[in-house]
This record gives sequence, C-alpha cells and structure tokens, in this order.
Amino acid sequence: MNNEQLIVTSSPHIRAADSVSKIMWSVVISLIPAVFAAIYFFQARALSIVVVSVLGAVLTEYVFQKVRGKKITIKDGSAVVTGVLLALTLPPSIPLWTVLLGAVVSIGLGKQVFGGIGYNPFNPALVGRAFLMAAYPVIMTTWTVDGVSSATPLNNMKMQGIAADTWNLFVGHVGGSLGETSALALLLGFAFLLYKGYVNWRIPVGMVGTVFIFTLVFGANPIFHLFAGGLMLGSLFMATDMVSSPVTKNGRWIFGIGAGLIVVIIRLWGGYPEGVMYAILLMNTTVPLINRYTRPRSLGEVR
Amino acid sequence: MSILSFKQGIHPEYNKELTKDKPLKNAARPEVVTIPLQQHIGAPLKTLVKKGDHVDMGQKLADSDSFVCAPVHASITGTVKEIKKVVTPGGSRSDAVVIEADDEDNFSSDLEKFADLDELSGEKIRKIIREAGIVGMGGAMFPTHVKVSIPDDKNVEYVILNGAECEPYLTVDHRVMVERPETVVFGLKALMKAAGAEKAFIGIEVNKPEAIASMKDAAADDEKIEVKELETKYPQGGEKMLIESILGREVPAGGLPLDVGVVVNNTSTSAAVADAIRKGKPLIERAITITGRGVEKPQNLVYRIGTSIADLIDQAGGFKGEPGKVILGGPMMGFAQKDLDIPTVKGTSGILILPREEVDAYEPSPCINCAKCVDACPMFLMPTQLVNYTKNDMVDELEEYQVLSCIECGSCSYVCPAKIPLVHYLRIGKGQVMARRRKEQ
Repeated sequence: MNNEQLIVTSSPHIRAADSVSKIMWSVVISLIPAVFAAIYFFQARALSIVVVSVLGAVLTEYVFQKVRGKKITIKDGSAVVTGVLLALTLPPSIPLWTVLLGAVVSIGLGKQVFGGIGYNPFNPALVGRAFLMAAYPVIMTTWTVDGVSSATPLNNMKMQGIAADTWNLFVGHVGGSLGETSALALLLGFAFLLYKGYVNWRIPVGMVGTVFIFTLVFGANPIFHLFAGGLMLGSLFMATDMVSSPVTKNGRWIFGIGAGLIVVIIRLWGGYPEGVMYAILLMNTTVPLINRYTRPRSLGEVR
Repeated sequence: MSILSFKQGIHPEYNKELTKDKPLKNAARPEVVTIPLQQHIGAPLKTLVKKGDHVDMGQKLADSDSFVCAPVHASITGTVKEIKKVVTPGGSRSDAVVIEADDEDNFSSDLEKFADLDELSGEKIRKIIREAGIVGMGGAMFPTHVKVSIPDDKNVEYVILNGAECEPYLTVDHRVMVERPETVVFGLKALMKAAGAEKAFIGIEVNKPEAIASMKDAAADDEKIEVKELETKYPQGGEKMLIESILGREVPAGGLPLDVGVVVNNTSTSAAVADAIRKGKPLIERAITITGRGVEKPQNLVYRIGTSIADLIDQAGGFKGEPGKVILGGPMMGFAQKDLDIPTVKGTSGILILPREEVDAYEPSPCINCAKCVDACPMFLMPTQLVNYTKNDMVDELEEYQVLSCIECGSCSYVCPAKIPLVHYLRIGKGQVMARRRKEQ
C-alpha cells in the first residue's frame, strides 16, 4: 500500500499554537490601555496621532514589500506594533505630517532596509523617533497638559529641580509623550503579555531596577525616576522587543542593566533630560556580542 | 513524594486518553512477516537461513560474530519466501527475511528457561539477553547486552528503568507497567545483576498514576528498587533528562550514562529480558500503540515483529476519514511514512495516524529572536543560533555551540512561532560536523 496522499516531513509532527502574528497582535492588544490613557489625557489629538502613525507604518511596509517583490506581510501585526509604539513616544502637539514622516522612517530605515521582520538590529519605532528628535527638536520637545503647554516632569527636574506629584506621575496626569505618561496603563498591558508568555521580564526588571538603585545611590528621587519620562514605556515595550534584544537569560539581564545604567547617566549628568531612547538604541548594538558571551553552558558541557 | 524533573522542556498536548485504558491484546497472526536484519545499532548480520527453508517461531534467522549486534528471530512458523532489500522505519535499507506463515505456530528456541535469577551469573544473563536479540525498545535499538556489559574502568551504581513515556499519544510502556509489573521488575533485577548495579530506579511521569501504583506494588518487597515520580514534561524520558531528574547528574557531553554510573533501559526492554529468561523467548513480539484521530479504533496491541504497518492499521479498524500522516513512533520524534508495506521492527512502539485536518503545512517565516527555542532546549543549546551556522556552513561555530549535544527531541521546532524546522537544521548541522571529523581522520 503506497499512499500518495500521505504527507512526509521530518519530526516533530505537532507544533505549539503560537505564531509570529499571534505574538504581534497580542502586543497590539497590550498597548490598548496605554492608547486609551493617551486619548483620555490628550483627547482626539492622541487618537489621530496613533491612527496616522499606524497607517504610515503599515503603508510603508506594504510599499517596500511590493517594490521589492516580496510577500506582503502587513497582516502579521508587526508594522502595527511599530506604528503604535512610535505614536506613544510622540508629544501630543506634534503636527500629523511629522508623525507620518516618523512612521515612514521607522519602517523604512528601521526595519525594511535590513530585510524586514526579524532582521532589524534596532527597535524600528525608536529609529523613527531618533530621526524626528534630530530633525525636529523643537516639535519633539513641546509638551502640553490639559491643553496648556507645559514642560515634562523630567525637564522640570533637570532645569528647576521640581519633582512632580508621584500619584500624578503614576496615573499619567503630567506632561509628556502620549504613552509615557501613564505607568498604570503600561503595566496593565505588560501584565497581559507576561500572562501570555510573549514577553520576558528580565529586561524590564534589570532596567528599572538599575535606574531605581542608581538614582537612589546618587541622591535622586528613585520613585520619581521610575515613573517620569519614558522608562516604563521603553523598558516594558521597547527594550523587550524580541528581534532587537538578546536570546539568553543572562544576556537579558545584561541588556536591561546596561540600558538602565545609560538612562541614569544621561538623566543625571547628560545634556538631555531623558535618555531611555538612546539607552535602548545603544544596547541594541551590543546584542550579537551579548548573545555570544552569554551562551548557556549546555548540559554536560565542560568549560 | 516529591515530583522530580529536569530544567526547560515543553508541555505538548498528550492525547494519551485515546488508548491509555485499552488493555494489551494480541494482534491477529500475520500471514507474512518481513524481518529486517538490521534491527540494532551495530555490525550487520549474516543470514542463517535461505529461501525455501522452513523456520519455527523463535528460530534464529541471522547473527554475527561481532560483539555489538543483536540476532533476529522468526516471529512466526513458516517458510522463507525470499530474502530481499527493504526500507526500515528509520529510512535506511536492510536485507530482510520474508516468511510466509504456516497454519500453526510451533515455538522452538535455543534459549533455556530459568525460573530464578539466583541460578544465573551476570555473564550468563548477558548471554541470554544477547541470544534473545534484545535491543533498546524505546526506539534507539542499541543492543541491550552491550549496554549492561560494563568495561573494567567503569563503575555502575544504578540501573534506571525508563517508564516516563513522554512522547504524546503513546501508551505502550504505560500498559506494560500496569499489566505486567511483576515481569518488568523481574527483568529489572536481571538487568541489575547483568550490569552489577546495587540500586535501581523506575522513573514514571505523574500522568500515569496507575502505572506508578502498580510498579510500586510490584517493587514493594525489594528495597533496592525505588519508583520515582516525574513531572509530566517532554522530553522527560530522554536518557539525559531522566538521569538529571532522578539523580541530578549530568552526562558529560559526548559521553554515556555509564560515565555517571548509570545504565538506562526501557520498561518494555525489561519485560523482554524477563520473558527471555523465564520463558526462553527471544524478542519476537512486542507491544505497540496504534492511535490518533485518524484511525477507527485506537488500541494497544502485542504484535509479531515484522508485521507490516498496513496490517496493524487494518487491525485497528483502518483509517478514519482521510489520513494526513502515518507516523512510526510518537509525534515528537517519530518518522512519517509513505509506504505502509514496510515492516515493523523491535523499536516500533507506536503508529500514529493524524487525520488530514490535523496536518498543517507550515511556511517558515524569519526568526524573530523570541528565544522560545533557547528556553525550551533541555540540553541548553541555542537552536536559533545553530540554524544560522548550519545555513552558512560555519562548522567551527557549530562545534563551539555544541551542536553534537542535540538529542533531536524537537522541542525547539515545537515551540517556534515562526514555524522554522529548527531540529531539522540541527540534524544537518550535526552531519556537517561529523563529515568534517571524518575527513580529518
């Protein structure tokens, strides 16, 4: 009996139900509380920024893949993730054309030029944001709260030594980018991802823990530094980007702690009030090296 | 009692309820058996029979003078129809003796019967095991007498009986432990004596409470034998995982369990050893699970070795709906087959039929570095990295990253969200390293 219809492949013959698009769409879902918080604090403005950013990211991915004759993978949700993340790093008063530009750069220069999903050494959203910071520094550092322009808590701290109320910081009632205001919303989303097993906790714990300890050691207010600025958004959702972070457990600790150290250095002694973006981008460059030097000892291996 | 385990690994769906409560029953006597000569790891055998010979059930068909080999025996009384090349379940080619059955079986064997182990020396037991053609019945088919022949420079402390049966769907060892616990324990004592081990453990996953109870009961009067409860986790039954779980010892890379004072045997193997000693019966039949949602009547059968897969599937009621895959062994490490006329061998413990709708075509997408494979690998390898080295022929890196330690359990491929066939690449990577080593010699 030779049954031509039988399928022959090498083992294993069963697979877990996870897929890349399931992971990516789960990340999108996990960002919904932060998007709602942004809409609550910054109204329709926030919504339009998110929509433009997502559309820009998805469209750029589509155009790149179409032009290069590659399979169109916009449905996998990864470009949506980048779009939402970029939006959450932007100030509410940003003109929408700038948002679009940032989204194009994120996907174009941050992801597609390297070959698309899986090949980008940097977090694409942060590449877009870094570009906007360099090209439009004024737009990128103009902040409003309740429709009134205001400096960010970190800026107030850096320039005038004024600390914001911790509760306001935690729930997000302060000046800042769309998604860096409410730590509560971000933590909710992160908890969801953790529950699904789609995110690792070592990087954020390492990063936030390092910031806490070092700001404490150097006499700053550690609670303030945890919830001010982009530390929560960056450590929970950007440093943990799978593609651009280490694959080993020890490597993730090193990555998180390293990023935390850079944040502290920039915040306490650097020229900028905030350093989360540069911390993550810099650590992204070290990932291949970290992976290499943190290879776990295999079972029975004598080193 | 505490539940023991190893680090990492995966939790697939086990699907054992399809057959776990179905008692072992004898398969119908086949009309033809095809008995491959190469049913072991080791030296090839020479046939002792020729076309037209009449052979009795239990009669030796082929043997060799080499130490590392296991003879094969007729599993049925009949006439040798031909000796031909066949493809074995593992995909290799081997000569095989085809026997057409007579109307009745006449059992005849050179093996003596011994009721008690006290009358036997370790060496005598090893000889019986060899003459009975017993090999590792978990699938590897390494000659058992070689395994329990301990070189002078090694010291064996423990025999571990592998009753983990961590492969999803399979319930062979489970049924053997539930129905023949006394036989398994007798075989274990024989293996201990053959190897010179003072103590033994029987490791069973906690999803088999009946097997645990029955083995504990059977081993109750011997303080040298202890049943250990293991976490239900794949690949708990991997030799190295089993030793890690039970003893906390690491088998050195490139080494054997013996290097940490352990010999591991499968529970079905142990039962076969007992049958060889007490019944004088060589390894000519064994238990198998025929299962999956693509077969009409999933069940556990005791079949004559050499029965064709098609015959066994027929006895389980045939296909249910359209078959997608026929797998020899379990879903994690088994071999998918196209030709169902191929014979079963001593290591064939399962036939799994997945219906068409359960067989997905996976299109791999790029790796997203999620590290699920790194976190799943029970050997603590970095599968994602090894795939890249394999694709780029980076043999130095493959060695440095310990590709040869891969046990091919498939956990990495199972968890991969990008559906990359990681373990397949690792097999190729191992081949690249071995090819270079051969060239250098």
